[in-house]
Amino acid sequence: MTERRLHPVTPLRRAWAPIAVIAGWAFHDPDQTQRQLTRLTTSTLLIAIAIVIPAAALYGFLTWWFTHFAVTDTELRIRTGLLFRRSAHIRLDRLQAVDVTQPLLARVAGVSKLKLDVIGTDKKDELAFLGEDEARVLRAELLARAAGFAPETAHEVGEAPAQQLLHVPARVLAVSLVLTGATWGSLVGALVVPPVVWWASESVWTVLAVALPLLGAAGASSVGRFVGEYDWTVGDSPDGLRIDHGLLDRTHETVPPGRVQTVRIVEPLLWRRRDWVRVELDVAGSSNSVLVPVAPREVAESVIARVLPGVTVPGALSRPPSRARWCMPLWWRGYGLAVTDTVFASRHGLLRRSLALVPHAKVQSVRMAQGPWARLHGLAHVHIDTGANKTVTARLRDASEAAELLYGQADRSRTGRREARPDRWMAGA
Amino acid sequence: MGTTRSTESEPEPVWTGLPPGLLRMRRLLLVVWLVPLTLGTGLPLGLLVGPGWAAFALLPLALLLWGWAMLGRNWRSWRYAERADDLLISRGVLWREETVVPYGRMQLVEVTSGPVERHFGLASVQLHTAAAATDARIPGLDPAEAERLRDRLTELGEARSAGL
Repeated sequence: MTERRLHPVTPLRRAWAPIAVIAGWAFHDPDQTQRQLTRLTTSTLLIAIAIVIPAAALYGFLTWWFTHFAVTDTELRIRTGLLFRRSAHIRLDRLQAVDVTQPLLARVAGVSKLKLDVIGTDKKDELAFLGEDEARVLRAELLARAAGFAPETAHEVGEAPAQQLLHVPARVLAVSLVLTGATWGSLVGALVVPPVVWWASESVWTVLAVALPLLGAAGASSVGRFVGEYDWTVGDSPDGLRIDHGLLDRTHETVPPGRVQTVRIVEPLLWRRRDWVRVELDVAGSSNSVLVPVAPREVAESVIARVLPGVTVPGALSRPPSRARWCMPLWWRGYGLAVTDTVFASRHGLLRRSLALVPHAKVQSVRMAQGPWARLHGLAHVHIDTGANKTVTARLRDASEAAELLYGQADRSRTGRREARPDRWMAGA
Repeated sequence: MGTTRSTESEPEPVWTGLPPGLLRMRRLLLVVWLVPLTLGTGLPLGLLVGPGWAAFALLPLALLLWGWAMLGRNWRSWRYAERADDLLISRGVLWREETVVPYGRMQLVEVTSGPVERHFGLASVQLHTAAAATDARIPGLDPAEAERLRDRLTELGEARSAGL
């Protein structure tokens, strides 16, 4: 076991923090700042700089110096901390996904962050920063070890070849954002609310305080999403799914086979005429949830068939019985359910339809719930809990059907598990 | 499909109710809170303001009687069954809920017992799976039964372990 250190530019990653604090303070109270600035003499400024900069540099250097990581046959070990020591041993067979991300500045510096998604890991368990090539080699090695290659050869297995499944053209992405209600909603909000506030209060500060967050939200939902989802590429490799995206910040994700807990096909109202869909997925311990930001339905379904092998998206769904209208007027029409040999599929939403698929092997527990009003109409909900802390609900089913679903689903979940691939996906392959 | 097979291979589940200790404890707590409240409302009002005002004491009294009956219904609604491959828990009178947890999905089984519960000789069993939404708790068990259940569930869980 050889311990390694992170890339030497790491100490600089928090260099912007003191500047941000000063800028935030200056913005918060401009008059006070100006008065303080006029009082500052050159000598005090120089002394301050002479103390602050070496102290910050020393702190950055020491945190870097005391952070080590090592890859053993079964674990990734991270040892860090100057005063408060912390060591994390992350089991590779529990690995759910590997993310390599490159913020814009990191791209300029030629470094990237690597994060192993295991249930319970968070921001402090990422390796930031590693050299670009080093991160790629390390990811290949971690995946090879997690896949069950012999420890001696895991080092030389290298990157599994990827085959491109889908690429989202920039034009389609832009059109899809234009056709999304949330984009327009936040833009209209940002344009309408500040004048109204100005008319009501006539105070510049109030208007600014209202307008800035609104503009931020509008930017994030339009430009931010475009920049984040630009050049979205989904590939397939023996190590699982590869998702690469981003215009400024690049993200490369790898989700090994059998890690996907649920898949959702979302269809906003305005996309329906073009038959476009968005596909979201849930992996336990991973924060990313988008698989395909926008794609024609058949392309999206072919990607889903690769993500969940043997799964076909059920076409016809059974609606709740028509007496469900007394429990949920109008919206009951959006509910639908289909159970196939491989998945439990439940749809909801009238305008923005969302169809959730759970492979039987991923079901953790099944619950049937019935309130007094639903019982009066002989209806019940069935909740399916999955490992990514997501619950998929089949709403307002006939009570006897729901009871059958409850027992049947527990049974299917058990048999489905038997047929699933092992955690170490290359072992025995 | 799975449903037909399950009815073939699995006989009707054998349901177990909760021991009466939990009902005793809850009813006692109810009495301990509401009888002093009834007296505390009735006596001062009746003596100081007028006998008619003592009727206000009927409110906590009605609550006491209603609660007495509701606790009984709620207690009767709780039941669980150990099947060959999963645990069933059923509960609730108005808001009914039935949970199925396959043994292979259990990550952790917990036996807890607070001071009041301990005084009445009761313990709860709580099951955890990888899904936080899984709500599988059996309250008010006999400690010996709770431990037996815990050991049996852990054993079955190990034999059928499936994880995520």
